[in-house]
Amino acid sequence: MSCAIHAVGLSYSYPNGHHALDGIDLHVNHGERVAVLGPNGAGKTTLMLHLNGLMTGSGMLEVAGIDVGPKTLPELRRRVGLVFQDPDDQLFMPTVEEDVAFGPLNMGLGREEAGRRVAEALGSVRMEYSADRAPYQLSMGERRRVAIATVLAMRPNLLVLDEPSANLDPRARRELLEVLARIERTMLVTTHDLPLAAELCERAVILARGRVVADGACREILGDSALLRANDLELPSGFDLDRVGLRPRPEAPDTPQLEAV
Amino acid sequence: MGGLCSHSLELTGLAGDPASPVHRLDPRAKILALIAVTLVAVSAPLTAWPVFAGCALVLAAVAVAARVSASDIWRRARFILPLVLLAAALLPFVRKGGQTYELGPLTVHEDGLSVFVAVAVKAGIGTVSAVLLGATTTFPSVLRGLEAMRVPRLLILIAAFMYRYLFVIVEETGRMRAALAARAYRPRTALHAGALGRMATAMFLRTYARGERVYHAMLARGYAGAMPQLSPLVLRRADVLFVALVLASLVALRTVAEVAA
Repeated sequence: MSCAIHAVGLSYSYPNGHHALDGIDLHVNHGERVAVLGPNGAGKTTLMLHLNGLMTGSGMLEVAGIDVGPKTLPELRRRVGLVFQDPDDQLFMPTVEEDVAFGPLNMGLGREEAGRRVAEALGSVRMEYSADRAPYQLSMGERRRVAIATVLAMRPNLLVLDEPSANLDPRARRELLEVLARIERTMLVTTHDLPLAAELCERAVILARGRVVADGACREILGDSALLRANDLELPSGFDLDRVGLRPRPEAPDTPQLEAV
Repeated sequence: MGGLCSHSLELTGLAGDPASPVHRLDPRAKILALIAVTLVAVSAPLTAWPVFAGCALVLAAVAVAARVSASDIWRRARFILPLVLLAAALLPFVRKGGQTYELGPLTVHEDGLSVFVAVAVKAGIGTVSAVLLGATTTFPSVLRGLEAMRVPRLLILIAAFMYRYLFVIVEETGRMRAALAARAYRPRTALHAGALGRMATAMFLRTYARGERVYHAMLARGYAGAMPQLSPLVLRRADVLFVALVLASLVALRTVAEVAA
């Protein structure tokens, strides 16, 4: 089944006239991990919200084999897992367990199956111990990993993460990277954290003023300092791209893929 | 989370022995029994002292079984009682009858005073009932109990979100207060309160924006108007016994008091 994204001429303007997306052409293939880079206000979050049908602009958009439109929303949201930037927005239920079960239960799964999904998803982000906790009792890094579990429990085909390493201390960031590297999914990661992109993604796209201005191998894009500078991006000073390897992919999916519908 | 706010929020958690038989009861059983105690006390005539004593005994028995200490009850009740008593505070001065006592420029009437004491006792019984419910039942369980008792779902949802985001908002308020204090803001006259007004406006806007993001996060995981539940409540024999015991003693109490009167 397709986990791909095909966007052609995707545009969206906010009611105040700001063109957040200005004719995006983007094609992501099954199994790819793509970093979406760009300064604040480049349209990264707007693009992300489109992939789940939370915003609808003009142009063509096909995600995970589905034409995005009002009729396809439930199926689209099953196949596309969106992890929001602020885990406090994502975790709205009183306990972690109920929050992770929210998606599976909305999909119409039985309570037993939902319970299994909760255990499996919390396990794959190493948060098994937190099921009975309230979100406010968790550290930022833990909240972020639980937020990822809430969408993994729906077994999406495509995982979309908005600034996953924002507000994390170095240790929480490393733990998050380890968790993300083990997830076998097509992945779109919007981030300012260029070293994270270098470790996680083989491909990178730069978004600026609502357009794709660069698209290619992550290492080549990150190695082009003129391109980065032109788009208000930069690697940490002294960062040596050659000494950071792409993390190896897991051999088999750690969670079974959804059956073809 | 900082300062005084977090202290009073901690008082919303469980107290006593979380493994006690009372803590383990179904929330519906506790809600029903403690509402019954309150109703019986409130509906009894002002002079029905045996009924008040009986209600207090029932509450004391519940507190002992739950191992909630008197100091725990007092620490929580003292936040609620002044508000409840405020409504009755004028009674000794305006309700005439019986002996009068001069209290500086004010005159206290005996009848008014006895009505005030009876009302205070009723308020105290109601408050302690609520405190015991809160000390033996987590807030999410109370909500689940109320939902199972057919309280309108919208009210439950509002209360659930309020509870979830109370902590987030308290944190944000704490940060804003710190930011004001860091710039030497020390309100001395009412005219200086303008900054607090702007802070409230900022809080409102932030909360509104967060509400929108949370709603997006819910939609992204397939929310379609109903909050799914992972594990439904089940009434066990202990729950039924508890309610029956409390109700039976209350009915006996009222009957005996009526007959004696």
